Amino acid sequence: MLSPLILITAVLNGLLAGAVYALVALGLTLIYGVLHIINFAHGALLSAALFAAFLAWQKLGLDPYAAAFLLAPAFFVLGYALQRFVIGPASRGDDRNMLLVTLGLAVLIENALLYAFRADTRTIELPYGFRTIDIGFTFLAVPRVTSFVAVFVVALALWLFMALTDTGKAIRAVAREKLGAELSGIDVSHVYAMTFGLGTACVAIAACLLIPTYYVNPSAGNAFVLIAFTIVVLGGMGSVPGALIGGLLIGVVESLGGFFFGESLGQLGIFLIFIVVLLVRPRGLFGASA
Amino acid sequence: MKDAWLIGAVVAVLAAVPLAVHSNVVLNFLVVTLMIALAGQGWNILGGYGGQYSFGHAAFFGTGAYVTAILQVRYGINAWLCFAAGIAAGAATGAIVGFLAFRAGLRSSYFALVTLAFAEVLRIVASVAPITGAGVGLLVPLDLRAQSFQFPSRAAFYLVILALVAIALMIAQTLERSRFGAWLIAVRENEDAAMALGVDAIAVKLGAMVISAAITAAAGGFYVQYFLFIDAPIAYGTWISVEALLTPIIGGVGTVFGPLVGALVVKSLGEGAKLVTGDVPGLDLMTYGAVLVLVIAFAPRGIVGVFADARAGVVRRLKPSENAVGEAARG
Repeated sequence: MLSPLILITAVLNGLLAGAVYALVALGLTLIYGVLHIINFAHGALLSAALFAAFLAWQKLGLDPYAAAFLLAPAFFVLGYALQRFVIGPASRGDDRNMLLVTLGLAVLIENALLYAFRADTRTIELPYGFRTIDIGFTFLAVPRVTSFVAVFVVALALWLFMALTDTGKAIRAVAREKLGAELSGIDVSHVYAMTFGLGTACVAIAACLLIPTYYVNPSAGNAFVLIAFTIVVLGGMGSVPGALIGGLLIGVVESLGGFFFGESLGQLGIFLIFIVVLLVRPRGLFGASA
Repeated sequence: MKDAWLIGAVVAVLAAVPLAVHSNVVLNFLVVTLMIALAGQGWNILGGYGGQYSFGHAAFFGTGAYVTAILQVRYGINAWLCFAAGIAAGAATGAIVGFLAFRAGLRSSYFALVTLAFAEVLRIVASVAPITGAGVGLLVPLDLRAQSFQFPSRAAFYLVILALVAIALMIAQTLERSRFGAWLIAVRENEDAAMALGVDAIAVKLGAMVISAAITAAAGGFYVQYFLFIDAPIAYGTWISVEALLTPIIGGVGTVFGPLVGALVVKSLGEGAKLVTGDVPGLDLMTYGAVLVLVIAFAPRGIVGVFADARAGVVRRLKPSENAVGEAARG
């Protein structure tokens, strides 16, 4: 029997899952907003970050939430270096080349992980992994509530960084008017690399939030990134609030879709939204222009 | 005409290979390589000549494969007819995706994403729909007769795929010299300028996408006849989308021989990596990723481009006076 409480539970779980989607999408949309390319290596970087969080727990006994403070800066540096020394120089400013280079990196990273760790799926067991909060009519998983809160803290921190720091202002200037920014003395390739670093750091934090309840294997990140593409398109490419709201929305759609039609068709709903939005309103709900 | 002779010569040399080589391992390698070259030639028509980089050519490969398999297994239709129907279905899929994407004005990142999304939708549908055998996949019954598009010897399969590749080479060469090809290249170089000159950009891109999808669908149909099995991760998986774009880009994007050269190089590298590491998965694909990045960084026109540049350099050194005249006329 379909009771409204079950439905509300499904919606709440969708919102909790959607928050992490939103964080992955945030990194993607940030990069798109400034560099105007889709980073196809995003998923592979997420897989790499999941492995990093997994190893931090297994080898160093580092709690994933603590590891986030270590992995976020590390992945920021990785992202910075990738854009500054690989993607930027290799593509010489051509959009199509950039797409292909990120795709090449995706294939490279994913298969390097496959080579190093094999295709086995691994999980970690944390003391609080299965703990739940009783909210009266249903139970919510503690790690998911934690990640929900954490995502909004990260989004707020990112917003403050963009609004208040000089680097943040430079990033916004380049996003709006690249040539003008260059003429006023902003180092565009530095800004590009900073942005790519920030996007990659988002992925590292997302991985740390995911690992308590999720599994890791060399292609684990891909599932998230296809969802993140949808969110970015839905919310408007380059729009940060769009990524957050889009993420929550897609989380709910997936949860309800899975509830009514089964898990694999719930995914199908996401892609159908994706295609419809791309075709009907490519600038998305919050995007300024396509 | 020079290219036509070259196609004839290359195909003749490749056709002679089974006379000298009897190893099934080598022939199997060549069959798979030519199949990827065929899929890559399809991508090259749209991506290379048209500049529309699709990240989801699996949508066409998979449709060609599934239609070929389903019509045979479920309806008992002759395999060659099924193969033709598979190509037609792939072309139709290309027409639908192209119509929607180009009419909505999707370019660059957006086009890459929408093609990827279509391939993913098809993959998910194929992995649950009963007609595709859902998660189990479809087995084509063994029937080793030429009229059912199955051959007891690998050499025969090799000659069939070589013939398909030869047709694709001729299509690319004809396209290059046709008015349609000139329009397509104009759209690639500057879509707005081409439209200002009266080129119907949407129609031209759509036409290229249909041809492109049909060729890649033929590779999918051949896959089914060769391996007699298909499932959703093979048909619509990212592996084929990646290999279809990798081969022309590495070989020489927008050139007649690019996909063939690229497939030979890429597949040889992959096999080489496997020889070095044995059965450990990942290293062959790692080399693909690395080669893709390196080619874009250092040889954006691919291997064919490098050779063309080298030859032009030699010609310039041999005939300095003539070339100076040419340059003056151009400049």
